[in-house]
Amino acid sequence: MFNIAPEYWNLLGQGVLMTLWLTFASGVLSLVLGILLGVMRSAPLGVVRSIAAGYTEFFRNIPLLTVLFFLYIYFGGQRAGIKIDPVWTAIIGLGFYTAAYVGEVIRSGLGTVSRGNIEAARSQGMSFMQSMRYVQLPQAVRAAIPPLGTLLIALLKNTSLATTITVGDLLFQAQFVTDRTFDPNVLLIAGAIYVSMTLPLGALVSVVERRWAIQR
Amino acid sequence: MKKVLSTLVLLLSLTTLAACGTEPATTVQPTATTAVMTEPTATTAAMVEATATTAVTTAGTPTTGAMSGGTLADIKARGRLIAGVKYDVRIFGYLNPETNKVEGFDVDLAKAVAERIFGDPEKVDFVEAISANRIPYLDQGKADVIFSTMTANEDRAKQIEFSDTYYVAGQSLLVPINSTIASIKDLDGKTVGTVKGSTSEKNIAAKAPTAKIELFDAYAAAVQAMDAGRVEAVTTDDIILYGFQRNSPDKFKVVGGQFTQEPYAAGIKKGNTELLAEVNGALRDLKQSGKWAEIFKKWIGSDPTAVPPQEWRDVYLQPTATP
Repeated sequence: MFNIAPEYWNLLGQGVLMTLWLTFASGVLSLVLGILLGVMRSAPLGVVRSIAAGYTEFFRNIPLLTVLFFLYIYFGGQRAGIKIDPVWTAIIGLGFYTAAYVGEVIRSGLGTVSRGNIEAARSQGMSFMQSMRYVQLPQAVRAAIPPLGTLLIALLKNTSLATTITVGDLLFQAQFVTDRTFDPNVLLIAGAIYVSMTLPLGALVSVVERRWAIQR
Repeated sequence: MKKVLSTLVLLLSLTTLAACGTEPATTVQPTATTAVMTEPTATTAAMVEATATTAVTTAGTPTTGAMSGGTLADIKARGRLIAGVKYDVRIFGYLNPETNKVEGFDVDLAKAVAERIFGDPEKVDFVEAISANRIPYLDQGKADVIFSTMTANEDRAKQIEFSDTYYVAGQSLLVPINSTIASIKDLDGKTVGTVKGSTSEKNIAAKAPTAKIELFDAYAAAVQAMDAGRVEAVTTDDIILYGFQRNSPDKFKVVGGQFTQEPYAAGIKKGNTELLAEVNGALRDLKQSGKWAEIFKKWIGSDPTAVPPQEWRDVYLQPTATP
């Protein structure tokens, strides 16, 4: 069942590295953007709240594949005048898309911070940003860890869509090897590799969650 | 225990889903669908059996026959041929968005096979067969025969049966209208797009080793990427490229002549010699009656210079025409 030539295993290995890189880079991008969005959605200024809400609705209601195809075609060199290589196109697309969800998770995390905490911070003379930075966000992010873990796992699986814009991730390489060998088990193996990446990721999130738990 | 049970349930539902997946045409056999509704247990068992025995030909009831597909008796019982064709290759197999019908050289040949079997060229249903999935489609019984711009070669001949040659194609290059690329020699350091799992991909890697190759799922995607500036040339069989040129003569041009010669043949599931004989019979009739030349003219736009040789292996023995 697993008699696959070494050079094919090599390709699958390259695919794993690319999948991990896509997950890491777009994960960082979406976390930064998402926290910004979450904060913006509870900003005192209505315009700021609307911008964040607009962004969230935009990316939540468009299929990720559409986002990727659009960026791939638009930033190919002929249309927008600049060329972003396919890997970075995928990272940007995945990052911007996932940020909408991260923003919602952070927003709901901010919602768990008790009114008293915020009032105490503000009455101490902290500005909105200071209260966010030192009082609300540390609590919100911790409360958001379990749903963020779910998003991270979804993100890792979503990276497989980058296959369609010529990025050599795990699914791409698995399809490539299947084209060569006509062995459908290669896709089964790819599936198993995905699971062997997402399960530890889930476990890692649980550890982080316990470590950072707020003592109440 | 609970875990084991849920795993079993999951596996079972997957198997059932897979069985549904192998069913080539719910629309072709409405009775099969009705059977699912009225006799859940029996049909599920039949479906599981159908997946388990896809390699072996399942005889018996028309229901399982329609699912496993393939044999001439199955096709006759079903009353329709299921042909896998390309949907995105103008001239050969193309889903015309205006008529919502597939049309092209391959489509006309599949109709000729249907005419031979049923006496009616319309008794054929089409499914989309892209380069990467067409051979699995035959194995899974999703298509009885594939006419999908497929190059016959020894590797594939181990997996499936090939019909007579019905067309001799050659690999060429499609470039933007203002491109300076004139032949395969100009590809050094350039990015060339082609389709995953195609012969073109292997050929270009061998003939232009210094070119960078980008792989796409479909030719349309590769040409789109070229239009966007992602790749500088798209390579595959010239006939596919002529289709894109015909559609957008102001944007693209075919250059470089044929740097390979490739026999196109229909694919049939391994061991299905009865259907193979029908397909070859239809092709030989077409070639003899001059109908093949008519179909050629209709889609390619010019008269053919020669009728392709019967045996696909002979095409590789011909000297490659150089531009």
